[in-house]
Amino acid sequence: MRVALFATCLVDTMVPQVAHATATLLQRLGHEVVVPPGQSCCGQMHVNTGYRREAVPIVANHVRAFAGALSSGVEAVVVPSGSCVASIHHQQAAVARRAGEHGLADEAEALAARTYELSQFLVDVLGVTDVGAYYPHRVTHHPTCHSLRMLRVGDRPLQLLRAVRGLELVELPGAESCCGFGGTFAVKNADTSTAMLTDKMANVLATSAEVCTAGDASCLMHIGGGLSRLRSGTRTVHLAEILASTEESVTPQQGTRPSPSRPTTPTASA
Amino acid sequence: MTAVFLGIPTAPAGVGHLRGDRPFPDAARDALRDGQLRANLGHATTTIRGKRAGVVAEVPDWAQLREAGRALKAATMARLDEHLEELERQVTARGGTVHWARDATEANEIVTRLVQATGADEVVKVKSMATQEIGLNEALEAAGITALETDLAELIVQLGEDRPSHILVPAIHKNRAEIREIFARTIPGVDPGLTDDPRRLAMAAREHLRERFLRARVAVSGANFAVAETGTLAVVESEGNGRMCLTLPQTLITVMGIEKVVPAWRDLEVFLQLLPRSSTGERMNPYTSLWAGVTPGDGPQEFHLVLLDNGRTAVLADEVGREALHCIRCSACLNVCPVYERTGGHAYGSVYPGPIGAVLSPQLTGVEDNASLPYASSLCGACYDVCPVAIDIPSILVHLRAEHVEAQTRTTPEAAAFRALSKAMSSPRLWRLAQRATGLGRFLARGRPTLPATLPPPASAWTRTRDLPTPPRETFTQAWAREHGSQEGRA
Repeated sequence: MRVALFATCLVDTMVPQVAHATATLLQRLGHEVVVPPGQSCCGQMHVNTGYRREAVPIVANHVRAFAGALSSGVEAVVVPSGSCVASIHHQQAAVARRAGEHGLADEAEALAARTYELSQFLVDVLGVTDVGAYYPHRVTHHPTCHSLRMLRVGDRPLQLLRAVRGLELVELPGAESCCGFGGTFAVKNADTSTAMLTDKMANVLATSAEVCTAGDASCLMHIGGGLSRLRSGTRTVHLAEILASTEESVTPQQGTRPSPSRPTTPTASA
Repeated sequence: MTAVFLGIPTAPAGVGHLRGDRPFPDAARDALRDGQLRANLGHATTTIRGKRAGVVAEVPDWAQLREAGRALKAATMARLDEHLEELERQVTARGGTVHWARDATEANEIVTRLVQATGADEVVKVKSMATQEIGLNEALEAAGITALETDLAELIVQLGEDRPSHILVPAIHKNRAEIREIFARTIPGVDPGLTDDPRRLAMAAREHLRERFLRARVAVSGANFAVAETGTLAVVESEGNGRMCLTLPQTLITVMGIEKVVPAWRDLEVFLQLLPRSSTGERMNPYTSLWAGVTPGDGPQEFHLVLLDNGRTAVLADEVGREALHCIRCSACLNVCPVYERTGGHAYGSVYPGPIGAVLSPQLTGVEDNASLPYASSLCGACYDVCPVAIDIPSILVHLRAEHVEAQTRTTPEAAAFRALSKAMSSPRLWRLAQRATGLGRFLARGRPTLPATLPPPASAWTRTRDLPTPPRETFTQAWAREHGSQEGRA
């Protein structure tokens, strides 16, 4: 299958290894990956902070960036982020319609219908749970709110993780509680956000896991930023990075490590 | 903004309890430091969350019930005026008197006048959010009338000269040791050997209240529901103290928000299943009191119903926000909210705290009077999942944030930043330039894996408690284009 990768603004700019891992994984599963160069952001941060008018041109850019891909045989757009996919599905057309841009809203809806969060794409579209990954670490999984409650990904990430060779999956207590990120909430209500983060970290640390994983780089940047500040030693790794790892190339990149420019095929570094 | 265009009044300032005296983040900061509060709330919300989840899971048709509740509320709101007039006709036909109160001030005046007409200087009260909202107790006190709360938790709050912090459990922020201390200090003639055993505490409150029930001539209540076709009012409760107030005094005055009306008697079938399971986590509440007008020789011989607007019509005028009026005050959203669980209810400044309060209070007062509340949520969505009438609280929060942003007449620094970012994110060329600017981060980090913890505001709000990774040398899309060539022709 020919798939287009939407890296998301955060992953593209701050944690590119997550997008590299997503591409590596999809290619390993036999699919052709294209990366439309005009992509930037889904508009979620603007909508959720109250700038829904200003989000409309961002939505337009997103639709423009992927329109070419869809007309050149791309069957699906894959995104390594639950909350960006939730925004694409639930917000993009709505803000366009509210601004009177009905044509854009229709296009956004059509694009959304082809857009999948990574674990949904793997399990529902490709029908695989064992992606041939190898990751010899003790791992706990934070389900992330928008994957859980807006996309209803359910236990798909856990199905994928259970099939990873060498991986010891430990259950996260209070898994369904928000980590306190919430986009600009983390800054506008920094104290409350930190209180939520503290409880999330306490639960992560109680599992004695080496790695906390999730399907959203934003939540991981929050949890990982807290764990790093505490010098805890438990690191955050995106689900895509775990699934991209094999016996030949294990990629335990920590979220707070500066990411060197890396070739698309990850080199062994562990 | 539709509300302003139509000129529909919001709840007036200076009366009632819908506005805090400081923004949510400031009030929350203090609450978060109160370890006892955090422990009390964490314990109570965890317990009630578990109870609710258990009794909801055992109802096989909960999803259909929830949809029925949502649909009934939506249909009722669409013809609210007709249902209210029918309610007035039916209450009047059964010997009650209906009063229309535009706002808190009018409602307080009406109730005060009605109590004064009876000659009483004391009223007993059934737990009621509407009367808390309008500050009725303070208004009565100003007229020399003592209002005595009889709901156990409201009594604790009143005796402690405190404020309610939860819709259903107003004293949720107090543990039983603190309650014992309040009772020992404030109840005249209380047993000096009073312990913090819940049963002993309840007995002390009962003894204190019983005498007042028997001497009361006037009671004031709220209402959970009002059935238009029969003129029936409904109060559901756990303790039976409400039943005492509703049956013993000669005069009963009920203050009810206009959104509480349901068209038909059979609508209660849906709501009386949804409410107790969502609120107290019980299959059925112990007391359901229903009355219509007056019955000679049985119960109050004089009944007044005060229909309160206080900003509700303005809420109804907002096609996104009006869903907040569907709320049946179960408080399930408070109990699952990770923000409420940590800050408690007082931080919200309004008698309606938690997720529903964050969408209801700003709409009742006008968004600018409660501008920080729509942001008091991480948009995790737990509230929407548990709401028994499926109010999409996260979407309303986002809508109200936009209403606030669009109400600004001057460009704030935040707005300038978001507009600039919107420009950049709408143009691939500008976006690549903006991404390149993150090189500044690498300069600040000077080779370290994370940025300094002491960045200037607003970045400091993040870095005070969380590390921020140093941006990479090259973005993913740059690296991909370098390795694969531009896919413009292919994509």
